[in-house]
Amino acid sequence: MHAIEIQDLSKDYAVGFWKKTLRPALKGLSLTVESGETFGFLGPNGAGKTTTLKLLMGIIFPTAGSATVLGKSVHDPEVKKRIGFLPEQPYFYDYLSAPELLSYYAQLSGVPPAGRKERINSLLERVGLGDVGNKQLRKFSKGMLQRVGIAQAIVHEPEVVFLDEPMSGLDPLGRHEIREMIQGLKDAGKTIFFSTHILSDAEALCDRVAVIHKGELRGVGVVNDLRAATGGTSEVIWQNAQVLTAVSSLVMEPHVSADTVRVTVSRENLDPLLEKLRQQSATLISVTPLHGTLEDYFLSKTSEPEKEGAAV
Amino acid sequence: MTSRLSAIALNTFREAVRDRVLYNLIIFVFLLVASAPLFSQISIDVERLILVNVGLSAISLFGVIIAIFIGIGLVSKEIEKRTLYTILSRPVRRWEFIAGKYCGLMMTLLVNAALMTVGFMIAVMITSHGLKAQDMHLLVAVYFTVLEFMVVTALTLLFSSFSSPIFSAILSFSLFAIGTFSLDLRNFAASAHGITKMFALAAAYLVPNLASLNVIAQVAHDQPVGGALVLYNTLYTVLYSAAVTAGAVLIFERRNLK
Repeated sequence: MHAIEIQDLSKDYAVGFWKKTLRPALKGLSLTVESGETFGFLGPNGAGKTTTLKLLMGIIFPTAGSATVLGKSVHDPEVKKRIGFLPEQPYFYDYLSAPELLSYYAQLSGVPPAGRKERINSLLERVGLGDVGNKQLRKFSKGMLQRVGIAQAIVHEPEVVFLDEPMSGLDPLGRHEIREMIQGLKDAGKTIFFSTHILSDAEALCDRVAVIHKGELRGVGVVNDLRAATGGTSEVIWQNAQVLTAVSSLVMEPHVSADTVRVTVSRENLDPLLEKLRQQSATLISVTPLHGTLEDYFLSKTSEPEKEGAAV
Repeated sequence: MTSRLSAIALNTFREAVRDRVLYNLIIFVFLLVASAPLFSQISIDVERLILVNVGLSAISLFGVIIAIFIGIGLVSKEIEKRTLYTILSRPVRRWEFIAGKYCGLMMTLLVNAALMTVGFMIAVMITSHGLKAQDMHLLVAVYFTVLEFMVVTALTLLFSSFSSPIFSAILSFSLFAIGTFSLDLRNFAASAHGITKMFALAAAYLVPNLASLNVIAQVAHDQPVGGALVLYNTLYTVLYSAAVTAGAVLIFERRNLK
């Protein structure tokens, strides 16, 4: 059983004064997330990330398709006891203190009264808010609110945690703290589905990522594979500078130092280059594959044209 | 279910208290105290009459204003501020949210009305040099006012479940005003003919019958309120509020929350 399974999920929003024009926000999204996986859902602003999360939380209803979490409908209250959600730029009841807010959410999630207070205190310690006391949330900084946000998402110890842009709008220190918290959840074996447009965060935390753009899924896979697929170049170093003239059409960015040559070569030119080097009796020192970054992959996927017929 | 519903209700109540909604009690006390010199200028019977009219009308008006001004934001504010996302992603059914909000606002109104009633009864006691048996009718009038709050809260919640706060406020105040004159509407329907009669009758039974919940003039003149009216008003209010709240739930169940 997949932790999350999304099949052909589409969402159109009715826009305009008479609500007669349909604007597709999500177009036939299908993907699965395995149990214990940290899954990054990447896309630029307006790509359909938040729409997908709202559909998964049962906050909005799909135009077509379906989604299950832990094998059951996303509207099943039993499923909702086992999931946690942090919305994008969350706003909480600012007249409450952090313990009051967490107590409220714990009650809504069915956490039994016995031991609730202890659980909340320990959770506040865990997210670095052990000393806030009864200060109202309206006096909290953005970083503190985001930590409260993470705490409310896990107060009932869910198996699957959904985070919508958890690092958005935070300063570098705040981002680091939230990243550490997500890493902690990952280490605790939670399934994490988080949307972001900050690629370094996804690169650091995710096992797999999906790229969504204009409501369409553009790619999905293991982070390292995607980076490798995007890079596709290698660095080759050999001795015998005289050979460079013979292979100059195959290589890029040659650097010569004494008799040593360092070049970059594309995947398709690598074999011909090695063959030529052998023929010319050059001494091969190293061949190093150069991985692309997740950013390279992201940019390549978001610059692809829309699939024909995908738009509603 | 009860736990979730009561959590939402208590949180709604707590929000009202912390947003200093109950500060209106101070204005109410000022109103009663400020009108005291006026009462002392007139004869003892008229003094009591004015006090009862002013006091009970104020309890009703303050409550209705609170019901509408808090009620219009009960759902829309939660959507606008996205607090609803963290509620509905939990095992909370949408009807539980609506019912919890309704109960929370009613709790606020009850506490408000109870405190005002205590102040009002003390004022009556001072004016009349003690309480009489017929002063119990004043409490019946307060009870009817609470029933009025139930109807107005349900209507405001209904409008709040699908429209903007301003539109909800306009609709709620309009229905409250029309409902206050519902007997006139019913009388007009009885005397009308043809299609006008049909429309007038439909309107007369759709708008809340708030006129029958207003017995302030009656109790101010020490006239008793019959048990049959108490029963009728109770049943009417429970059924009308339940139907309107069910309407709010039906709309909210299908609503996409942007």
